[in-house]
Order: sequence, then C-alpha cells, then structure tokens
Amino acid sequence: MHMFAILARLAWRNLWRNHRRTFIMLAAIVLGSWAMIFMTALMRGMVTEVIKDGISALPGHVQVHHPKYRDDPSVANLIPIPDSEMSAKFAAAGLKGWASRVRVPAVITSEYDSRGVTLLGIDPERERGLTFIDYDEIDGRFLESVDDPGIVIGRKLARTLETEIGKRIVIMSQDPDNEIADRGFRVVGLFTANVTAFEEAFVFAGKSTTQKMLRIGDRTSELFAVGDDYRNVDAVYSQVTELVDAGVEVKSWFELDAYLGTMLKVMDGFLLVWVIVIFLALSFGLVNTLVMAVFERVREIGLMLALGMKPRNILGQIIIESLMLLTIGLVIGTALAWLAVQPIKEGIDVSIVAEGMDMWGMSSVLYPELLLRDVILANVVVLVLGFFASLSPAWRAAHYEPVEAITKV
Amino acid sequence: MTAVRCVDLCKTYHQGEEKIKALDHVTIDIVEGGFVCLSAPSGGGKTTLLNTIGGLDKPDSGEVYIAGRRIDNLRKGELAELRLRNIGFVFQAFNLIPVLTARENVEFVMQVQGVAAAERGEQALEILQEVGLAGLEDRLPADMSGGQQQRVAVARAIVSHPALVLADEPTANLDSKTADGLMELFCELNERHKTTFIIATHDKRVMSYAKRLIRMLDGRIVDDIEQNAT
Repeated sequence: MHMFAILARLAWRNLWRNHRRTFIMLAAIVLGSWAMIFMTALMRGMVTEVIKDGISALPGHVQVHHPKYRDDPSVANLIPIPDSEMSAKFAAAGLKGWASRVRVPAVITSEYDSRGVTLLGIDPERERGLTFIDYDEIDGRFLESVDDPGIVIGRKLARTLETEIGKRIVIMSQDPDNEIADRGFRVVGLFTANVTAFEEAFVFAGKSTTQKMLRIGDRTSELFAVGDDYRNVDAVYSQVTELVDAGVEVKSWFELDAYLGTMLKVMDGFLLVWVIVIFLALSFGLVNTLVMAVFERVREIGLMLALGMKPRNILGQIIIESLMLLTIGLVIGTALAWLAVQPIKEGIDVSIVAEGMDMWGMSSVLYPELLLRDVILANVVVLVLGFFASLSPAWRAAHYEPVEAITKV
Repeated sequence: MTAVRCVDLCKTYHQGEEKIKALDHVTIDIVEGGFVCLSAPSGGGKTTLLNTIGGLDKPDSGEVYIAGRRIDNLRKGELAELRLRNIGFVFQAFNLIPVLTARENVEFVMQVQGVAAAERGEQALEILQEVGLAGLEDRLPADMSGGQQQRVAVARAIVSHPALVLADEPTANLDSKTADGLMELFCELNERHKTTFIIATHDKRVMSYAKRLIRMLDGRIVDDIEQNAT
C-alpha cells in the first residue's frame, strides 16, 4: 500500500509537469469518450426504437398461432381452440397484457384504387397501449368495440386510395371454404404510425365484425401477450406455454422476427467494435504522450532505480500515470455525454431524412438511450486497452540501466 | 570486518574502435567504518569503481562483496533490494526527484523500504535539520540552490542509516564553506554510526578528511595510503 501511495503521488505530479501536453491529451480522451458514449446512446436509441416499433407491429413479446400460420398466414390456419375458451384462460392468468385478434391478408378497394393490406380484427379495449396505434392521435375516432362496423386505416393509405373519413371502402379476403369474403366498411378514423410503412400495411376492424365477414365463428388467427421487458421474455413465454396445449405454436418476438432478434446482438457487437475503433485512434496519442514523458524523465527514472526502486515499481508508476490520465478523460467525457443527451432525451426529429430511414423500419423521431451497461462497457474497454497500450513505454522505462539512465544528457 | 571487498575487477568500455579500460585488475578491501576517498583524474575509473561497488554497474570480470555477500552476480531486483537496504547514494548532479519536496525526497527511500509515515516524517525532519535545511522542508528542488539540493541528497542517503554511503563528487557544486560543512557531517556520521563512506573526488580538501586515500590512474590503483584525517 505504501508503494502504491508513492507511485500514485509520483504519477499524479508527473502528469501535471507538462500542463500543455496533458491538457491536449486529456482533450483528445474527453472528445473520444464523449463521442463514444453519445453516439452509442444515439445508436442504441435508434435500435431500441426499431425493435420496439417492430414488437408493436407484431405485436407482443410472445405469440400463439396455428402451427402452419407462419408459413401461410391465411384464414385456413386459425388457432384450433375457440377464442372464448382461450380468452377465459388468459384472463384468469394475470398476464400484464394480452389480446387475441384475426389477422388475414386482404384487398382494400376505394372508388379510385385498391391495395393489398393486412386486415386486423381486434378487440380495441384489450389492445389499448399494446400496439403501435395511439388511440388519442387518431383523426376521426378509433374502433369502439369488437363489433364496431367502421374501419380505421393509415393516413398514407387513405392518400393512396384517395379516400377519407366518412367514405366507404370494400375489404375483400377469403373464407375457410375458399370463397370470397367481402364487406363494405365506412372509414371512421385515420391513424398515424412512427413507421410510415405501417400506415399502408395495416387496416383495423372490430374482431367480431371481421369474424362475421370471414365466416370463422369464434376463431382467431393469433393471440399475443406482453411481459415487463422485451429483452427478457422468459417469464411470459413460460406462462403462455402453460396456458395453451400442444396443438398450437408459441413463439417469442425474436423468433417471430429473426431480423429484429439479431439486431440486439449485432448492436452489442457493433458497440464493442465502435469503442475499440475510437480507442485505437486515441491510443496513438496516449502512447506518444507516455513515450515523451518517459523520455523526458530518463535521469530521474535512473535515479529511482539507483536508490533501490524495483523495475516493476517504475512499470507501475507509468501505468498508473496512464490510467489516471484516462480516468480523468473518461469521467469528463462521460459527464459531457450525459449532459449532451439530456436536452434531446424527448427525441430528435429526423423527419427530414425519415423517408430514407423508413426503409429500415426506423421512426422519424430518435430517442437517445444512455444505458449504464454501455457506459460501463466503453469505460472498461478504454481502461483495459489503455493499460495494454501503456505497457510498452512503461516496460521501456522499467528496463533502463540505472547507471546509463542517470548519466543521460 | 570487511565492508567492501573487490577482487581483480576489470571493466572495459568501447568507444567506437577504441577500448577504454575503466577498471584494470582492481583489488581492494575496505573495513567497516572506513572513510575512503577515491581520487583520480577524469576517466581514471573512480566513478566506475563506485558504481560497481554500488551494484549499478557490472564488472567484465572479478568479484564484488558487500558485507561478505557477493553481489556482482545478483539479478536486477536483488541488486535493487541491496541498494535500498544497505547503500546510500550521493551523486554529483541530478540527485533529487523534481516533483517531490525536500522532505518527500528524503522520505523517498524510507517509503520504498516500507517505513511507517509518522516515523519517516519525523526522521526526515530531524535529518534535514541536521544538514541545515530546517524550514525548507516543503520546497521543491527547483526552488533550492545547488548546495541545498546536495544537502537534501545527503540527508536522503544517510537518513535510513545505511552501512555504506557512496558519494560521487558530492562537493562538486558546492561553495567551500558548504563543502566543509558537508564533509564534517560525513565525518560525524562515520564516527557516530560507524557508517562506511567511499567518496570519489578530485577535490584535495575532501581528500584531507579521508582516513584512507586510494589514487587511481587509467583504471588501476596506483596508491593506497592510510592518513590522519583533518
């Protein structure tokens, strides 16, 4: 401990011998760690939004389907258990949120145009807050019950079909007997989605109304449940699995959408690479600073060795000096990154490039997400790599011959 | 008992094509409590002999013993430990660690030795007072004169009472009054603690304090005389 105390004292004072050089190096570390953490927060926020939007479009953390539904999501592959029976079980299970819905491909036709869409027959009360639809942001009104006769479509689809609230459209699909099942609906509301592609892809009708149109009785296409955290769905997955029998398929969101599932892992890997790349840029400056510092102090290093300090203590002194420099830079950089995130926590409007981002399923508002584990990762990686980067100059200093070092001019 | 024993030491430096014999079959014994001056013109081998005795330099051949222990074959770490525990050094120049105050410089060796803070603080103040630097304890080397710096270095060399003090031209940067004061301090320590002093110098006044004077020339001992110190 006494040795660490003197090494730390020497390292600290030596750090401030050349103020200008230390401040320049500190500025580089602060800038690097700020960029590392701030950009990580932006990227993490972007990916989280993509995942959340993706999950809200699925929707839910866990879904139940007919085993063949994912290959053929048509009315032919409905859940073989009556909806009333399933709903009773799920209602009694105390899940955080769940709903069942009819989900079939359909064609929507206005008097001007027609488009292929996914028709969702939903229970509006049960789905409130569980999907990407914000009921309060609807133009007109949202569905009021399972047997609501109206339909809610996306704003973008309404523009494409040249229709509006109050006008009628026709939805056409197939019933289980492969007969055309169609129905006229009056447009009662237009929804907006973070991902504008959703505005063209989905239309919402009452669950009972849809069941009647498709002539499927008390049957649904899917049942979904949500847990507390999309990153950890094990608990809700086990709960749902216990509620259903072997005749259906239970899948978590990352199995249902492999692209979304791999995004989380890719993001973690990408962050590590990003932190390492920034560090590599910093390391040149760091090593150069330490080499210069060692070169300037050859004689006093020789003196300390002559007085009986062991080479490993000299090695420790240089490494402590490097870690002190990095720690100060990281603390300031992290604090600045945190401060930079605060004013934009409520979101940055990137609608100017939203059309392009939409292709990737990203919303037009970015919400930076500063996770403690990302901050810890960035700081630990820099400190660990900094330790290794400082080994070379420290090793050189520790292996001076005292008699040569002390007489160095 | 013998404090230092050198047996047939040889050391040659190469400067380009030229070979310089710094030590040429040097054999000496120095008893405990000895006060020895090594005198030689520049390049005569006195600093090399001092460094070899202190474990800072290795001979090409020959043997060095400190308090009966052979040291010329020790590893770096072992030599460092030996210097830390047994030998005090005073170099001609650049004696102090610039970022430490006078007191911290004096405490440095004791701190590396692991002496408790209170004890080393007390000893450092005491020894600084003894070398006439009371009141300057918290000054950095840059804020002290050459003589004051040299006295701090002497204080550091003797504060932990090493058995052997090696001093290379300790008075080179000092005025005559300060140099006399320093030599008197060495003599007093030699008398009081039986510390062995080996001083490399070409200053005649310093030589006059020695009990034994060894003259060197071209790496060889040419004269070795006992004398009555002043």
